[in-house]
Amino acid sequence: MKDISLPHLNYAALAPMLILFGVACVGVLVDAFAPRKARYPIQLVVALVGLIAAFVAVVLRAGKVTAENAITAAGAVSVDKPALFLQGTLIVLGAVALLLIGERALERGGPFVAQAAITVGSDADQRQAARESGATEVFPLTIFSLSGMLLFVAANDLLTMFVALEVFSLPLYLLCALARRRRLISQEAALKYFLLGAYASAFFLFGLALLYGFAGGITFAKINESAQNGTGNITLLYAGLALVSIGLLFKAAAVPFHVWTPDVYQGAPTPVTSLMAACTKVAAFGGLLRVLYAGFDRVHWDYSPIIAAIAVLTMLVGSILAVTQTDIKRLLAYSSIANAGYLLVGVLGNSALGLSSVMFYLVAYGFTVIAAFAVITLVRDADGEATHLSRWAGLGRRSPFYATVFTVILLSFAGIPLTSGFTSKFAVFSAAGGGDQSWLVIVGVVSSMILAFPYLRVVVMMWLSEPGEQTPSVSLPGMLTSAALVIGVVITIFVGVAPQPLLHLTSEAANFIR
Amino acid sequence: MSLSPYVPIVGLFALAALFALFSVAIAPFVGPRRYNRAKLDAYECGIEPTPQPIGGGRFPVKFYLTAMLFIVFDIEIIFLYPWAVSFNQLGVFGFIEMILFIGTVFVAYAYVWRRGGLDWD
Repeated sequence: MKDISLPHLNYAALAPMLILFGVACVGVLVDAFAPRKARYPIQLVVALVGLIAAFVAVVLRAGKVTAENAITAAGAVSVDKPALFLQGTLIVLGAVALLLIGERALERGGPFVAQAAITVGSDADQRQAARESGATEVFPLTIFSLSGMLLFVAANDLLTMFVALEVFSLPLYLLCALARRRRLISQEAALKYFLLGAYASAFFLFGLALLYGFAGGITFAKINESAQNGTGNITLLYAGLALVSIGLLFKAAAVPFHVWTPDVYQGAPTPVTSLMAACTKVAAFGGLLRVLYAGFDRVHWDYSPIIAAIAVLTMLVGSILAVTQTDIKRLLAYSSIANAGYLLVGVLGNSALGLSSVMFYLVAYGFTVIAAFAVITLVRDADGEATHLSRWAGLGRRSPFYATVFTVILLSFAGIPLTSGFTSKFAVFSAAGGGDQSWLVIVGVVSSMILAFPYLRVVVMMWLSEPGEQTPSVSLPGMLTSAALVIGVVITIFVGVAPQPLLHLTSEAANFIR
Repeated sequence: MSLSPYVPIVGLFALAALFALFSVAIAPFVGPRRYNRAKLDAYECGIEPTPQPIGGGRFPVKFYLTAMLFIVFDIEIIFLYPWAVSFNQLGVFGFIEMILFIGTVFVAYAYVWRRGGLDWD
């Protein structure tokens, strides 16, 4: 029998993922053994310390990574510079979202339900909504999800990528179902997300099988090599690429794979929505970039027109449907779809510039969107968050400070200069222009102008309407939400005014190693 | 013969089919016949199928829980067998990896145990 060769594991490169996975396991044990009262503070501290440790591991690794030592674990993982940059981004965004998840000052017991299985609307359910503190399992679930995302952006073959996809998706499905208020749409959101997500995973897996048939291997290097040599059945290559892309574009919320987005964003607890809008976006585009740039570089001219068509559809459908929305969370969901379109435009730049501009956009958008959802958690009345747009009318008189903060965030979404929204859109559009996709830039600018209308309508409603009896008050945020809000807004403005440090970092990092 | 490795598999299939056919065919002749009400009821795992409360209601999920726990340990066993077979070649590395793997499974086990997932009532 042939000897089994043991894989070489570079623990320094794998450390961020291992730390987060270990911390999540510790979180499960805390929930099993710590007394009920002590769980929340222990979980919060464990999760935050774990995220900081993982971030330190990423930074330490970033100084030492070279083309030779990036690939490890028998070729399954490639911890190269883009992977490290995206991992660092995911950890920081995840930590900020975790601050929102951990907030318990806004309502008794926090934004999560204690027992999700109790029948919605029953007496027991109303009792627990009013009194019991939320489940502390949300912390390990969040960390599990983040550890999956870290692996997803570093996966060097399709099978590892699939496993990572499931590791980060499954906890998210659960988290969606745990809202304290409006339990029914929360459960509906979780079910829709789960069913459609499982469907998309099946597409991914089928594509993986076809690509194995094409290349005789599943690593990106092998697929790229086969495509370059012209060996293998070309139909399998195209069909496989299409199916794998469907799986990834579903997670990225691109049209026509976007239908879950508004319902899930609306139904999920707002802190979880912020996690999805920021981190899932980063992970999905990180994965998409690696598949298209590292695995399918050679067929770039073949897939470009199709991805371009999807980008156009995504930008237009996202921005036009955003105009008709009456719920602030759904509005941001459609805005997130349109932003997926802008990101796809950057992906089509298909160069180091395309890669760096997409990474830049992901950082800028992630912080702004978390800050936006942080404000949404604050605008509330006795029944929880007041998300209907009509309730936001006159908020400027009620609470000028938070209305100003939200106005800054919306202006950044609209792409007004001196905010991160402007610099990031400029980056992806110029990358696409450099990649001979000028017509996409024109569509992108038109779509941005359409999308500016719903944002500005909210701004006008907040400032120029009189507050009525329906206008809710803005709750005073706790320390955690304040911290998340400050981080989000400061980075939104900083990246808008002085984009150079971040641009430098992303262009340094823009080189995949397969 | 190039097909020879598949002959035992075909034999196994034939054996399985014969066993199933034999069991079904023999049962009416040798099985005892003791009728009671429960045998005539509609069957649904762990649930009283009728009457159900309007708009749903709570029903016990014990069987589902047991099935899910079974899957966890089933997967553990699937990994343990090949490791045990090639233990000599994998050496200390394989041993440590396996301990880590079993430790991770036990994290889930400890959680289920502490949360009362192993209590039937």
